[in-house]
Amino acid sequence: MTVIATESLSKRFPRVTALDRLSMDVGPGVTGLVGANGAGKSTLIKILLGLSPATEGRAEVLGLDVATKGGDIRERVGYMPEHDCLPPDVSATEFVVHMARMSGLPPAAARERTADTLRHVGLYEERYRPIGGYSTGMKQRVKLAQALVHDPQLVFLDEPTNGLDPVGRDEMLGLIRRIHTDFGISVLVTSHLLGELERTCDHVVVVDGGKLLRSSSTTDFTQSTAILAIEVTDTDDHPDGTRAVREVLHARGIDTHDGSGLPGAGHILLLTADGEETYDLVRDIVADLGLGLVRMEQRRHHISEVFKDADDARDEERKEAVGHGG
Amino acid sequence: MAVEQTPAQAGEQSRIHNIGYRNYDGPRLGRAYARRSLYSQSLRGSYGLGRSVKSKVLPMLIFVVMCVPAAIMVAVAVATTAKDLPVDYTRYAIFLQAVIGLYVASQAPQSVSRDLRFKTVPLYFSRPIETADYVRAKYAALASAMFILTAAPLLVLYVGALLAKLDFSHQTKGFAQGLVSVALLSLLFAGIGLVISAVTPRRGFGIAAVIATLTISYGAVSTVQAIAYNQESTGAIAWLGLFSPITLIDGVQTAFLGASSSFPGEVGPSTSEGVVYLLVVLGLIVGCYGLLMRRYRKVGL
Ligand SMILES: Nc1ncnc2c1ncn2[C@@H]1O[C@H](COP(=O)(O)OP(=O)(O)OP(=O)(O)O)[C@@H](O)[C@H]1O
Ligand SMILES: [Mg+2]
Repeated sequence: MTVIATESLSKRFPRVTALDRLSMDVGPGVTGLVGANGAGKSTLIKILLGLSPATEGRAEVLGLDVATKGGDIRERVGYMPEHDCLPPDVSATEFVVHMARMSGLPPAAARERTADTLRHVGLYEERYRPIGGYSTGMKQRVKLAQALVHDPQLVFLDEPTNGLDPVGRDEMLGLIRRIHTDFGISVLVTSHLLGELERTCDHVVVVDGGKLLRSSSTTDFTQSTAILAIEVTDTDDHPDGTRAVREVLHARGIDTHDGSGLPGAGHILLLTADGEETYDLVRDIVADLGLGLVRMEQRRHHISEVFKDADDARDEERKEAVGHGG
Repeated sequence: MAVEQTPAQAGEQSRIHNIGYRNYDGPRLGRAYARRSLYSQSLRGSYGLGRSVKSKVLPMLIFVVMCVPAAIMVAVAVATTAKDLPVDYTRYAIFLQAVIGLYVASQAPQSVSRDLRFKTVPLYFSRPIETADYVRAKYAALASAMFILTAAPLLVLYVGALLAKLDFSHQTKGFAQGLVSVALLSLLFAGIGLVISAVTPRRGFGIAAVIATLTISYGAVSTVQAIAYNQESTGAIAWLGLFSPITLIDGVQTAFLGASSSFPGEVGPSTSEGVVYLLVVLGLIVGCYGLLMRRYRKVGL
């Protein structure tokens, strides 16, 4: 099943070519659209919403042609813009209810879904206060809520982590992951940071200067090495649980890395997994120490590493008729 | 669509986390419904309903100020058993034009400037509605709000006139003519107010610009009319009235709605001149709509 399909899609402004013969297929799940400033990400989203006609080529969203079925598409998709879009003098509840009705939800359903959606994005008592007093993180959540309130099949999130601190960024990325896993909604999320889409996306599309650079499933890049990330609780016996685990692992001759530079650094241990036995070993060590295992997950290679040589690859990619990853 | 909450109320936190996502499979009422919702939200907003207490004060106050003179006139008419109301239905809005101007100057910017300034407009257009739906809903809402403002005192006058047992058919005819006149006035003023507000996203500037447009055009027209009257070039007076919104309405109702002109020397337009007035009024209304459409096409996302 294809959620988004573009075929030789181009958008030319008088002075710049924002999209240059872009062809791609995006399936269900979370897809990252990565590119530097001015790469054409927002332009692509506007075309996919049926709001800006393409100069050339065609595109379909949920099987609907963007050129002729814009209204139907917009009824089924949600959109979170990259810029501020919230009036400061109304509460999140009032605002999201209004936006739900703009999507066609009857009044009672609009109120009910607003309450649900705001809770799912993590806004509780604050939702009755005027938006003007919210932090950037809370505003991003309201923007996300208005994109989800009508239970779309697909959402376009334009730079949702913009302006967030590392913790806020992590929470937002976690939320984006849940939009697909828990809510069953497909996501197209843009960012100019390759790294942050690593854990979140099933599939990454890289655009540069309006051209498709690469489109592939994130698992494609990750087969070489599996890195295991673990996080444990602290107890009275082991006030620094992470250190305790590290010491035992070192005693058994297993090297660890503290994941410096990554979100949550300091509480996370990274180690190379040699197979099933590494998992068992970690589990047993943690149990012996009487600690709780907060997480044990397989980390992929950092996408930034995978794309380090993107510039070299670009020329070759251009020669092939690129575009159909996944 | 009744939704059962799980009875497990094991603490606020766990309850919050235990409720899973529910899909929505109820009706989606589409574009026309969204347009109606925007209309009613904007109309209510024009009287501060659904907004902060502070935003209710001015429109409500203006509404009262519009109605109080009518109530006093009615009281006088009933008490003195007069033969007719002290003021024509068609004349009432002309008397209170400054109050009406203040209303449109305060409410047109709040209706459209906020959406532009805080960039909410793209969110509307990311939904099924189109530019035309947004423009129509906003235009219709402000015009309706102004109609309520200008028709309510006429209703007070009419009810009072009937209570005072004034001539029924005469009063009904005057009331109907007054309603037609304020309907035109509402469409014209709302259009002008919205166009000016839509190009001045700062609300304060919008308010000032609307007031300036209304008062300067009226001031200029009435001054030049007075000069023309003094120089006894009465032929020019009727044509001069074409250049300000309130004198346009005055001209139309003088020509077609049995009103007496408030131009100097009461020289209103003749019927044939009145046709020009009517065409200009309708042209301005259509023109304002067209300008708004152009403005919002450019906003896009
Ligand atoms: N309406 C427009 N008129 C003219 N040029 C435009 C217009 N919209 C976008 N562009 C140009 O098209 C190119 C792509 O812009 P776009 O906003 O899609 O980039 P982006 O990938 O979203 O960048 P960012 O990360 O900064 O948001 C840019 O060079 C931009 O200047
Ligand atoms: Mg962008």
